[in-house]
Amino acid sequence: MAAALRHSLLSAFAALLIVTSSIVQILPARASDASPALQEATGQLVTKDYAQVSQAIDQLASEGSDRAKLILESLLERKVFYIKKDKQLVLAEKVEREYKIRDALTDEELGIVKKRKLKKVPVNNKLRREIRAVLATMDLKNPDADARLAAVNQMLDRPDAASAELLEGMLEEEPDSRVAEAMGIVIALGKLTSGDQQQREEAVELLDGNTHPAVRNGLNALLQQSDDATLKADIERALNNIDAKLQIYSVLENIFFGLSLGSVLVLAAIGLAITFGVMGVINMAHGELIMIGAYTTYVIQLLMPNHIGVSVIVAIPAAFIVSGLVGIVIERGVIRYLYGRPLETLLATFGISLILQQTVRSIFSPLNRSVETPSWMSGVWEINSALSLTLNRLYIIIFCLLVFAALFMILKKTALGLQVRAVSQNRAMARAMGVRSERVDALTFGLGSGIAGVAGVALSQLTNVGPNLGQAYIIDSFMVVVFGGVGNLWGTLVSGMTLGVANKFLEPWAGAVLAKILVLIFIILFIQKKPRGLFPQKGRAAEG
Amino acid sequence: MDSYKTKLKLTAAGVMAALTLSSASIAQAEETIKVGILHSLSGTMAISETTLKDTMLMLIEEQNKKGGVLGKKLEAVVVDPASNWPLFAEKARELLSKHEVAAIFGNWTSVSRKSVLPVVEELNGLLFYPVQYEAEESSKNVFYTGAAPNQQAIPAVDYLMNEIGVKRWVLAGTDYVYPRTTNKILEAYLKAKGVPEKDIMINYTPFGHSDWQSIVSDIKKFGSAGKKTAVVSTINGDANVPFYKELGNQGISAEDIPVVAFSVGEEELSGIDTKPLVGHLAAWNYFMSVDADENEEFIEAWHKFIKDKKRVTNDPMEAHYIGFNMWVKAVEKAGTTDSDAVQEAIIGVAVPNLTGGFSAMMPNHHITKPVLIGEIQDDGQFDVVWETSGLVAGDAWSDFLPGSKDIISDWRAPLSCGNYNVKTFKCSGQNYE
Repeated sequence: MAAALRHSLLSAFAALLIVTSSIVQILPARASDASPALQEATGQLVTKDYAQVSQAIDQLASEGSDRAKLILESLLERKVFYIKKDKQLVLAEKVEREYKIRDALTDEELGIVKKRKLKKVPVNNKLRREIRAVLATMDLKNPDADARLAAVNQMLDRPDAASAELLEGMLEEEPDSRVAEAMGIVIALGKLTSGDQQQREEAVELLDGNTHPAVRNGLNALLQQSDDATLKADIERALNNIDAKLQIYSVLENIFFGLSLGSVLVLAAIGLAITFGVMGVINMAHGELIMIGAYTTYVIQLLMPNHIGVSVIVAIPAAFIVSGLVGIVIERGVIRYLYGRPLETLLATFGISLILQQTVRSIFSPLNRSVETPSWMSGVWEINSALSLTLNRLYIIIFCLLVFAALFMILKKTALGLQVRAVSQNRAMARAMGVRSERVDALTFGLGSGIAGVAGVALSQLTNVGPNLGQAYIIDSFMVVVFGGVGNLWGTLVSGMTLGVANKFLEPWAGAVLAKILVLIFIILFIQKKPRGLFPQKGRAAEG
Repeated sequence: MDSYKTKLKLTAAGVMAALTLSSASIAQAEETIKVGILHSLSGTMAISETTLKDTMLMLIEEQNKKGGVLGKKLEAVVVDPASNWPLFAEKARELLSKHEVAAIFGNWTSVSRKSVLPVVEELNGLLFYPVQYEAEESSKNVFYTGAAPNQQAIPAVDYLMNEIGVKRWVLAGTDYVYPRTTNKILEAYLKAKGVPEKDIMINYTPFGHSDWQSIVSDIKKFGSAGKKTAVVSTINGDANVPFYKELGNQGISAEDIPVVAFSVGEEELSGIDTKPLVGHLAAWNYFMSVDADENEEFIEAWHKFIKDKKRVTNDPMEAHYIGFNMWVKAVEKAGTTDSDAVQEAIIGVAVPNLTGGFSAMMPNHHITKPVLIGEIQDDGQFDVVWETSGLVAGDAWSDFLPGSKDIISDWRAPLSCGNYNVKTFKCSGQNYE
């Protein structure tokens, strides 16, 4: 009995073993006999011809399995290759200078090979667009609302009756209001192209005042085709409403652009407002102090390559200290011997600026250095489809105001600020009161230089970090300080913002070159009339 | 003050004497052929031109390893025109009359070439110019190894029009001669292809423009009219970074509005955070990523010479490679370095280029090249997505400008003219005798 039981148990165990091993055998085999459509599509991908790849993309899309989706996604990331010898389609991951490959259909690991053994399946912009579009349609049923929204937005770029019909079925069940709204627009746009008068009118009604570019294009197209007078009037009214809205948004956008340009100007100039405005030193090396700040950002990023997001924050105090120290060295080493001789100061600091530029060229090479923009600073804040504000500019406006506020507080509320103001108003009297004017000079110059360095951190996020960075801003900086009124921080703020906004309003109709010229002419005329700028200093200090 | 001046004079004289002595001693040691290198090593253009100086030094060193030319060693004479256009002319004169160089390889900007032009024509020198330019020029003494507009701009536009289906065009450039002329040619070309005026937007910005907000926002609006839009960019070097950054920030990807650039190469990309640029295009006659044996050898030699494995190669370097080899071959063919003999011998000379083919010097002093379109990758390299089926010969006088469409250039006898009008049968313009 026991023996029989043992026997049956054994045989059951053996049977189980056979089953599992056959499953193990079957598994990869099943993956490789992927649907014939998938095999055909991947076969098509072994080519150099874009048109053939495009066909394969359509086939993969209609096949629709997870594997097909994976291949499409890999195509998008340029990871699909084929082996030159046996035309096997593989997915490749770059490992240093070689590629780790696995079969595109079975996922079987095929080891690491040299680049020249492989040929990349060609994908260009046009194909990537196609892939994104088909992936998006696959995403329409994605549980994630953002993915669905992206999918619908893809359709919005190319609205047609077919996609409208598809969405109409799904609209009922859509829980997310944003997605539903986008779907509504696609459906309405689809209706615009339909032949039915009633539907068209409904659609125009619905789209009235919507600022999405696709809406405007759709309505315009209908206006060309339509021959019904009432419908035409409706469309025109809708278009007028849209245009009026766009007008307002475009003015708002221009103001934003102007303020952001203005804040860059203020940041660049505010350090100068201290050295030139308060101390009266014409510092031609100011631009290079900005440049040093930008290079400090670059070095900080080199030191912490895995924390790009934080590096920019760390760079702010670092740049302040580095540029500030360089400033103090310049002041102690050169400028203090030249107080009261503006021409010599100008020449000496100009020389210093050349020295600093060439030093940077020698240390970092004349090539520009790449400073990465952290991810939290890139992208847009999309208020609606007609108005979106770029995040980096928004941060820089805020940053500019913070720097201004900090500087203002230092000058008004601290002992150093008091001494700075005292020395700048009446040096002899201040000394008589026991202020160590030399130390105050050095610290003031260091403060102005440090702020220039901080401006460099902001500029590194907008423009090239190269030896010529400073030269591009020195003229603008002087312009802002002189226009605002020498020795007045508020003047600098107001004048920077004014010039920025004026520039941006002139630019659309005069062009960038002429706009700049017009602004310069305006300043020349203004200075003729009011030589002391917008906010002249009054009283005894003004004579000093 | 006086004593200071005398001191200065004395030092100067001393330095000069030392210089003459040293060069004399070299000359005594061995008779050499001198090659002038006229590239800025300081100032704003140093960023691009220093590399070309190094390329020339490498090519000369390699040629000397092979035994030089005509049994003589080559000797490089390097001068620094310091990104100062008039100084280019002075330095060219110095190279030709003082050092008596057999040929000059140099210049980057068109304005510097224009400044050198009268000097090389007066002294009958040879100048090899390696950078893409606006053409509308053909001098007896200059060999243009960079691309003319029909070897870069026009094929790029064809690619966008036929392969990508672009219908609306933004021509954006920096405000100076190369973009203005190129855009004039492109505008005429687009109109000839039936693109209506309202679908072309032309925009110029100052050098080093850094605030691109309004322009990018305009491009975005221009591109949202329902037709496929592309930007053809002749924006000069430095201004490109903020431009691409702003495109990225305003959410314009290469798939929405591709930008094809004529001044952005591997060298420029090495100083840029390439993330926002991926997928945008550039048109050149050479990319470092081209799969060819000559190219691999060249890159290897370059890395060995410059002692830095990270340095990239670019299109103007290839132009110098071609130009230098053409000159060597022409000198050997002529059996002398005499300027007139070389000018005659070099026409029709073909040498391997770095893309696996041959480039030949045409009678108009321009060369034949393939045209490649590359997409920018995240590693700062280009992925070639399209190339012309054959070689394209450089056209000195554009067929799309009303002023120059009847003009041809042919430096062979009996025409021997760089500016010949086929309607009026008159030869005019530079170097007209």
